[in-house]
Amino acid sequence: MDNYTIDNFHSFTEWFDHLLNGCMPGWLATTIECLLVGVGLLLVYAVLALFYILYERKICAYFQCRLGPNRVGPWGLLQSMADAVKMLIKELIELKHIDKFLFALAPYLVIIASMLCFAVLPWGNGLQIINFNIGIFFLIACSSIGVLGILLAGWSSNNKFTLIGALRSGAQMVSYELSVGLSILTMVAFAGTMDVVKIVEAQADHWFIFSAHIPAIIAFVIYMIAGTAETNRGPFDLPEAESELTAGYHTEYSGIHFGFFYLAEYLNLFIVSGVATLMFFGGWMPFRVEGWDGFNEIMGYIPSVVWFLMKAFVLSFVIIWFKWTYPRLRIDQLLSLEWKYLLPINLVNLVLMVIIIWQGWYFGNF
Amino acid sequence: MAELQDKISKKFPGATFEESEMLLINIADAQLHDLVKTLRDEHGFNYLVTIVGMDWKTSLGCVYYLADAAMSRFVSVKTQTEDRDNPMLHSIADLYRIAGILEREVYDFYGIVFIGNPDMRRLFLNIDWKGFPLRKDYDMNDVANAPSIENERQSDLTQTWVELPDGKVERREEIVFKPEDFVVNIGPQHPATHGVLRFRTAVDGETIKKIDVYMGYIHRGVEKLCEDLAYMQTLHFMDRLDYFSAHNYHHGLCLCIEKAAGIEVPQRAVVVRTLMDELSRIASHCLFIGTFCMDLGATTMLFYTLRVREQVLDIMEKTCGARMTFNYDCIGGVMADIHPDFVKDVKALLDTLDKNVAEYNKLFTGNVIAKNRLEGVGVLSHEDALSYAITGPSGRASGWACDVRKLVPYGAYDRVQFEQVVRTEGDSMARFKNRVDEILQSKHIIEQLIDNIPEGDYLAKVPKVLKLPVGHWFQVVEGCRGVFGVYIESDGSNKPYRLKLATPSLNAAAVVDHITRGQKIADLITIGGSMDYIVPDMDR
Amino acid sequence: MPYDAWKDNEYIEKLVNELRENGTNVIVGSLDKLINWGRSNSIWPLTFATSCCGIEFVSLGAARFDMARFGWEVARSSPRQADFMMVAGTIVNRMVPVFRRLYDQLAEPKYVIACGSCAISGGPFRKSYHVAKGIEDIVPVDVFVPGCPPRPEAMIYGIMQLSRKMKVERFFGGVNRKMNRKEYLAEHPEEKE
Repeated sequence: MDNYTIDNFHSFTEWFDHLLNGCMPGWLATTIECLLVGVGLLLVYAVLALFYILYERKICAYFQCRLGPNRVGPWGLLQSMADAVKMLIKELIELKHIDKFLFALAPYLVIIASMLCFAVLPWGNGLQIINFNIGIFFLIACSSIGVLGILLAGWSSNNKFTLIGALRSGAQMVSYELSVGLSILTMVAFAGTMDVVKIVEAQADHWFIFSAHIPAIIAFVIYMIAGTAETNRGPFDLPEAESELTAGYHTEYSGIHFGFFYLAEYLNLFIVSGVATLMFFGGWMPFRVEGWDGFNEIMGYIPSVVWFLMKAFVLSFVIIWFKWTYPRLRIDQLLSLEWKYLLPINLVNLVLMVIIIWQGWYFGNF
Repeated sequence: MAELQDKISKKFPGATFEESEMLLINIADAQLHDLVKTLRDEHGFNYLVTIVGMDWKTSLGCVYYLADAAMSRFVSVKTQTEDRDNPMLHSIADLYRIAGILEREVYDFYGIVFIGNPDMRRLFLNIDWKGFPLRKDYDMNDVANAPSIENERQSDLTQTWVELPDGKVERREEIVFKPEDFVVNIGPQHPATHGVLRFRTAVDGETIKKIDVYMGYIHRGVEKLCEDLAYMQTLHFMDRLDYFSAHNYHHGLCLCIEKAAGIEVPQRAVVVRTLMDELSRIASHCLFIGTFCMDLGATTMLFYTLRVREQVLDIMEKTCGARMTFNYDCIGGVMADIHPDFVKDVKALLDTLDKNVAEYNKLFTGNVIAKNRLEGVGVLSHEDALSYAITGPSGRASGWACDVRKLVPYGAYDRVQFEQVVRTEGDSMARFKNRVDEILQSKHIIEQLIDNIPEGDYLAKVPKVLKLPVGHWFQVVEGCRGVFGVYIESDGSNKPYRLKLATPSLNAAAVVDHITRGQKIADLITIGGSMDYIVPDMDR
Repeated sequence: MPYDAWKDNEYIEKLVNELRENGTNVIVGSLDKLINWGRSNSIWPLTFATSCCGIEFVSLGAARFDMARFGWEVARSSPRQADFMMVAGTIVNRMVPVFRRLYDQLAEPKYVIACGSCAISGGPFRKSYHVAKGIEDIVPVDVFVPGCPPRPEAMIYGIMQLSRKMKVERFFGGVNRKMNRKEYLAEHPEEKE
């Protein structure tokens, strides 16, 4: 393992694994490790989601010449904590004439789907939960579970608005899944692997967006558009278009059930930018320029986690920027954008990428 | 007018004429439809300004105000029926489409049934309401009508009265929504309806098949309240109808009362009133741009436009003392002299306007998503705009040059240069662009007036107890959303016998069903937003 | 915020005194404190406006008054997710059932601010045949904000009073105990399952 950055979690995790295995039976060690990872995951998930809520509120305030939350805690940092506490104690309204089981299941499906995706992301050098050879495939598969939750939420609420919201969401997510998948496929074709770690390591010298130049940039643009649509964010926020459908598919949810949708929405934003970081901007790899050894070393002093988060935050900033700038599309325009433009471009782009790989017209060597 | 009178009297021997400020034709109910048809087809009166329901104690009736499209001639038609228990008149809903809803309003207030109107339901009050509130003998404290938290009764049936060939009138029930229609209820509490308006929308997937508009969720009975108040006291309600054109509405009512009482307004007040009208037009259109863009999802625009609005409100606040309900124009002039900083502040505002409007256009108008959402959506043809009497920027977007400021100048509008912004596309984009351009026209008007505010009194001498002579008057002004008409009938006392406010928002809401059919649900938001109705203005 | 700056509200003072006198369990008390900190700092309004006051409420959200500073800008369109209702505007007879239903749809703990003279008493329209004379007959009101319409500063002050009320209210053992279906039916025998 090459030491790209100052921190390397491989040695730490291996040491910890040895330590546990040395003093207890194997199954117990595994259980403890799983528990620790699970708790850690939940904590990071919650903290990150709360941070993202504040992040968006602050950014949108600055776009709108406002100040944004600044009273609760220093610079308003605790604002979303207060929201979370409030949301936990709010009443969970029991509705009549609904499918109680599905109604209660839906928010969990949504949040579990986003947690599963979250688990695959490589956070830093050696900092990831499981490393297996179809990581990207797993991620795409898991993100599709979310739409199921949304459809169920809309259907089980026994409300026309939620139903329309859910159907819109279903149509939208199923369509844009294609574009997300194809643009990632383009990059997978270039990397030659679906293993997340290997993809990151292949970008040690050149990030894919530089080494695969034109097709990678096209794929990136398409991915950002489709990713925004996948997360139901503006300008594609039709499923919960406030001005049309009150609150869309989660109109009838209150308390923490609504909180789950709310958290998952923001976390999906992080996941989309995280995957973009991974596929195009070298994951946790520091920015390196061939030949500038001094510069590269300095870059290596920044921990890999910071690299990953910074890149993801910048990409999220771009997505938030979309939302607070553009008006919303209409459902038919949304679908024609996908099927008439993004999908054909994507297919052509894939062919272009194959030609580039075949002819070797790329930078870097692998 | 004399020529018109000759022609009418030849064709309708039963008609009698009164000459007040405009020609008034008295006609029996049986001939009403033919008369109005003649006026429309042969004399070009194709704009129905309003229908004023009236209770003359011995009889019930209506006064119709008609105008030609260029508003060069106005004519009024009066008809009445003696039957108070079962009053019936003939409908003109087939001649003017807006008449359908105006007649419903008269039915709601006076119980006059219009034979031939396809939809004779109550408009503002719920179906179980007892009595007809604007009749003079209505019991205001009827316990049967006390507020109740029980849900109002809902009916999918409407009623209509049809005249059979033998002259008998028969009541029929018609169905509004069929049982197999998928009806989505939008409103009254809904972020997109700009207040408490309710649409029952039959949809097929995302496509709208039919819309039934329910109003009255903010019907406050202003017209009835005015009948109990002295003329001075009626003014403050004008702030609370269309709260964005508070100055304009005040101006309209003041003009009407001054015309009736023969009060000469000092020139300083005339100019200040005009300036205030235009300033509030800027604020109103700014807010329109903001909320409209917010409805379409571009929330940030709201904050940029409110920046300008706050600046206007600052100017208003310094002079009028309030942010929204100014109550500034009063009979005989204005309430107080302008603030010493007024001229300076207004100039500062004008300096920023160009930059701000350019910013709005850059951020929204040229945006490809906005273009896709707005262009060709909710097209209102020129004929329909006339038939539905859609005035203001929306009407001008359909190619109807209907700016009262230009056609029937009042205030200081006769001494300033400005252009009517007219577009012919008739879609939501045209309506939006019209309002953006009107901000610049208002700026142009203010620029010409701001340095020429005449010195002198700002308020004429007005008797403490103002009594109007017996008679009736009608005045139109240009509100921010279209033509605002005031009808006053006086019986010689210090209170109006009848005060009718013809507001543009009612027409704008009435046309929604017509132009949304076949569009998507999302377009309902676009269209509703672009018609720019204010719900308290339509409900009154 | 210093306590002395807020002493002007008699009703809230009464609550404070009650709290002081009765005392409370340490664990429940500190949990109460945490919860009250959370909910008093996260007051999400329902987008509900009928007339003029609603426009001032929009101004309240805009850059000059910026209610986002206090964390109030998350205006929810769905009553299930809102914490309080700013009744901005006149409530007329036809709106009364709708308004009541909206209140019923709010999730506990819920609060109501009557904003503007129309909501408080009917205001200039009090004599009308179609206007409810104050919303207090329809729903319980927590804060009254007078004005026609109230200035945005007044609205901020009103919501701060509400926030203060939440801070001194008890969450456990207070009004928020949920009644189950059986108890409800015992109290309302006319309603069938």
